[in-house]
Amino acid sequence: MLALQILIDGFAVSALYALGATGFTLIFGVSGVLNLSHGAIMVLAAVAAWAAASMLHTDTYTGALIGVAFALIAAFATYFAVVQPIQKSKRIPNEEKEIFVLTGTLLWGIMIQELIAYFFTNNAKTVLPIVEGVVDIFGVRTPRNEIFTAIVCWLVIGLLWFLVNRTRTGKAVLAASMNPRGVTLLGLELNNIYLVVWAIYGVLAGIAGVLLGMFLGVSSYSVGPLTASAFSIVVLGGLGSVSGSLIAAFVVGYLETVTAYLISPAYRTIPALLLLVFVMYIRPQGLLGRR
Amino acid sequence: MTDFFKSRLFLVSILVIAIAATLPLYVSGYVLGLLTVAYYFGVFAMAWDLLFGFAGEVNFGPTFLIGVGAYTAGILNNQYGWSVYLCIFLGAMAAVIAGFVLALPALRVRGPYFGLTTLVAVLMLQNFVVVFAELTGGEIGLTIPDVITISANINYWIALGFMAISGAILYGLSQSPVGLVLQASGQDPVQAGALGFNIVKHKLFAFIVSAFFSGLSGALLVFYFGTASVGTVVDVAVGVNVIVAAVLGGRRTVLGAALGAIFLIVAGEFLRPTGELATFIVSFVALLVVLFFPGGFLGAALSREARS
Repeated sequence: MLALQILIDGFAVSALYALGATGFTLIFGVSGVLNLSHGAIMVLAAVAAWAAASMLHTDTYTGALIGVAFALIAAFATYFAVVQPIQKSKRIPNEEKEIFVLTGTLLWGIMIQELIAYFFTNNAKTVLPIVEGVVDIFGVRTPRNEIFTAIVCWLVIGLLWFLVNRTRTGKAVLAASMNPRGVTLLGLELNNIYLVVWAIYGVLAGIAGVLLGMFLGVSSYSVGPLTASAFSIVVLGGLGSVSGSLIAAFVVGYLETVTAYLISPAYRTIPALLLLVFVMYIRPQGLLGRR
Repeated sequence: MTDFFKSRLFLVSILVIAIAATLPLYVSGYVLGLLTVAYYFGVFAMAWDLLFGFAGEVNFGPTFLIGVGAYTAGILNNQYGWSVYLCIFLGAMAAVIAGFVLALPALRVRGPYFGLTTLVAVLMLQNFVVVFAELTGGEIGLTIPDVITISANINYWIALGFMAISGAILYGLSQSPVGLVLQASGQDPVQAGALGFNIVKHKLFAFIVSAFFSGLSGALLVFYFGTASVGTVVDVAVGVNVIVAAVLGGRRTVLGAALGAIFLIVAGEFLRPTGELATFIVSFVALLVVLFFPGGFLGAALSREARS
């Protein structure tokens, strides 16, 4: 009984983690950028969806779309206002650009977080779920929303796989993650590829944020932990490896769920952190990462 | 070295410290309290800059070292009632050991992986503090029975003296041959290694020095506050402030980091009337500095001087 409960809850949590981390790892793979405003963008999407539904009284579908749209805008803003100026800056030496992008996006994330807190307070917000009610799965009462979350996550990840492997644009993205210089030699504009990647990232982070808002609720305090969990999942899986992050998301998701159910919710994140340290020690490039 | 004692930087620093030392004569206790915290914070930022600016390692967990020093000193005083100075010393030593333990796995990896390892260390410490609440006071904070002194003036002078001495040592170290090797290994580890320098040993040394000053400053800070809590010495947000201070003041300058820290704390206080927007404004200013003056305050000033 408990085992089934863990299996179901862990699956939904892991699917959500996977969706959140996929966009994050895609950007790293293609442009070498670790976007530390990730958590803030997810929370922004959820809060926008919440505000649309509760203040503008839109229906839940429109609210969710507004949330995703906000995440998309925020992703482009991150790229144009923070990441691109640093990458193009002549005053920052090339070998330090990475740390400047980290610091810049971190500050940017704090700004978004503070604005959310200023306009919508720090209180936790739960987005009204698109599907309501509870179903019984072999005796485990499961909210339909939880099943919906898992299904949407996998659908989106599937779509992403299709986009990357089966379309022309996607193949260009894939090629850019393998060898950026080679792509430019083939006459493809690298800047356009970056735009595509940031757009994909915005949509993925937006969907993940809105779903998180429906499933667990968010507040401006969730920003840091969300960024940290995406960061650790991505490193655990191997930076830039999408399939690695999917596996890592499930490892972390289940580890957390098992700990929360069997030991105590207070210890929820500890085993995952220990595992992360252990993996970094024996295999620094992550589970499926390349050196 | 004699050049250094005649240099403008040295004279300006001495002058600034001399003026700062007379502040208790004419400013209120409130301002002194603020500056006391700012000076300890300055040491955090300088210690961080040694590791990042010179060794080129992005340490996302300065608060791991600070927190270990602060909590060790606090718990020893709270549980056993040992003398304040012994506790402070042991706190600094605990931070050195923690730095060593952290550096061993962390130095095997580079760049973002290093950053994440240090970040994880902070999260672990935070969890530890909350889980062992009987020992650490948990989320409420640890009460510390003793203080160094209750006089605001003496506390201020201790903090100022501590910052001045730490700054002198860290700056001297950064300009020494060791500092140059660190800088070389931060910029091109392969070439520095090829020239026959033991990079790992140098980085480990930088890590330990950074840990010592972070831990010492953390321990002093809790004996000033009379309490240690996650929100003041461990939280990731505190670490972010340390990083922002160092980048604002100018990385690879050591002394700039202290300026950045003082600016950050004083600006935060001036912005208090804006309420919740204060953090937003500080982050915004910091982002502008990162984007347009990547050298930071001191970096911008130094490059202007070099040009003229």
